[in-house]
Amino acid sequence: MFKMLEAMFQGTLVSLEIFFLTLLFALPLALPVAFGRMSKNRGISALVNGYLLIMRGTPLILQLIFVYFAPYYLFGVSYDRFIAVVVAYVINYAAYFAEIYRGGIESIPRGQYEAAKVLGFSRTQTFFRIVLPQVVKRILPSTANEVITLVKDTALAQTIGVAELFRVAQNASARQFSTMPIFIAGIFYFLMNWVVSAAFSRFEKKLSYYR
Amino acid sequence: MEIIKVEHLSKSFGTLEVIKDISFSVLQGEVLAIIGPSGSGKSTLLRSVTHLETVTGGSVTVSGEVMVRDGIYADAATLRSICLKVGLVFQNFNLFPHFSVLRNITEAQIHVLKRSAFEAEKRSMVLLEKMGLADKAHAYPFELSGGQQQRVSIARALALDPEVLFFDEPTSALDPELTGEILKVIRELAAEKMTMVIVTHEMSFARDVADRVIFMDSGVIIEEGDAESLIRNPRNERTKAFLKRFSE
Repeated sequence: MFKMLEAMFQGTLVSLEIFFLTLLFALPLALPVAFGRMSKNRGISALVNGYLLIMRGTPLILQLIFVYFAPYYLFGVSYDRFIAVVVAYVINYAAYFAEIYRGGIESIPRGQYEAAKVLGFSRTQTFFRIVLPQVVKRILPSTANEVITLVKDTALAQTIGVAELFRVAQNASARQFSTMPIFIAGIFYFLMNWVVSAAFSRFEKKLSYYR
Repeated sequence: MEIIKVEHLSKSFGTLEVIKDISFSVLQGEVLAIIGPSGSGKSTLLRSVTHLETVTGGSVTVSGEVMVRDGIYADAATLRSICLKVGLVFQNFNLFPHFSVLRNITEAQIHVLKRSAFEAEKRSMVLLEKMGLADKAHAYPFELSGGQQQRVSIARALALDPEVLFFDEPTSALDPELTGEILKVIRELAAEKMTMVIVTHEMSFARDVADRVIFMDSGVIIEEGDAESLIRNPRNERTKAFLKRFSE
């Protein structure tokens, strides 16, 4: 029992690594993607739109397999599975975050841009000082949704053989002829998402000083 | 001295011509009121002169600097410097909701005019005092009434020391009882010889505070003249018909 729990903590650590690395890269990457989608340049916006369609239109599990195996079949090179997981998750989640950002940015009234322009703010100043802070507040609930999904999606990493929490639980379950380890894994995921929800609630509360 | 000079200005949205060959000027220290029915193009005119709309043709000169000549705009640097000479107060205030009242007023002073935070705050507090809102400096816009928000937005525009201040129907989003406090502020500014251009539906106010009135309809200036006489004794039939609704 103790050994099993220890293995599951190891697996949880792997899951958390995937989780944090994905957020670390996907959250900022989504911003240029959102701008690309909103770009007046038709070439850029069409290209980004194609990327969004593929990322949101095909299963993450398939993208994961593609990212890991495609280089092998195309160029005969293979690379670290964990890196493949992070790459696949980052490009997938950046697509979802980008659409959330776009929704947020487009929801800011035109009057805010006009007021900023009349006051002489540059476009960069307008975005970072006036628009972005308001966008962050507006997109928090939908971002929380995505982040919670990400916690659960880390379980897919086992598809290409990364021993994250769910894989460890399944192995233990097979060894013990018992579903208990899988239940325990369920509790682990639940606890992780509890923390995520609590963190977002706190952040939302912090930003509730204005409407 | 002419602060604003508009010559043969035209503006179309697609095939719809909203402003047709309009010319007028605003002298230093003068208060000009622009009146006219909804859809007459008066707001678009104001937005064109403040560079929120791109004009289709004509020229705009702001205190000697050419913003646009014959439909061709000056370079970005000139436009920015012109922009700082012009203040605009919006119909629906457009305060920044995530900033306190004070920060709404200091932000552009600090990051556009590069004033020190101390200097910017000092200037802001003087203006808030003048607007009777010194005690609201640390409140957020949503905590204020419409009239208070509009006074903050006037203070925000004044903080950059513009040479001319434009008002786009500054009282249209306000209850009648809140309208008075805004008109009082504008009256005070007029007494201080602030150059102002006001698009308004408040006829009696236009008559009291403006030096000159322009009556616009369907994109052209129908009648222009001394405020008192234009509103009392309009000559044009359309002006008469429009003003009649207000005289009852």
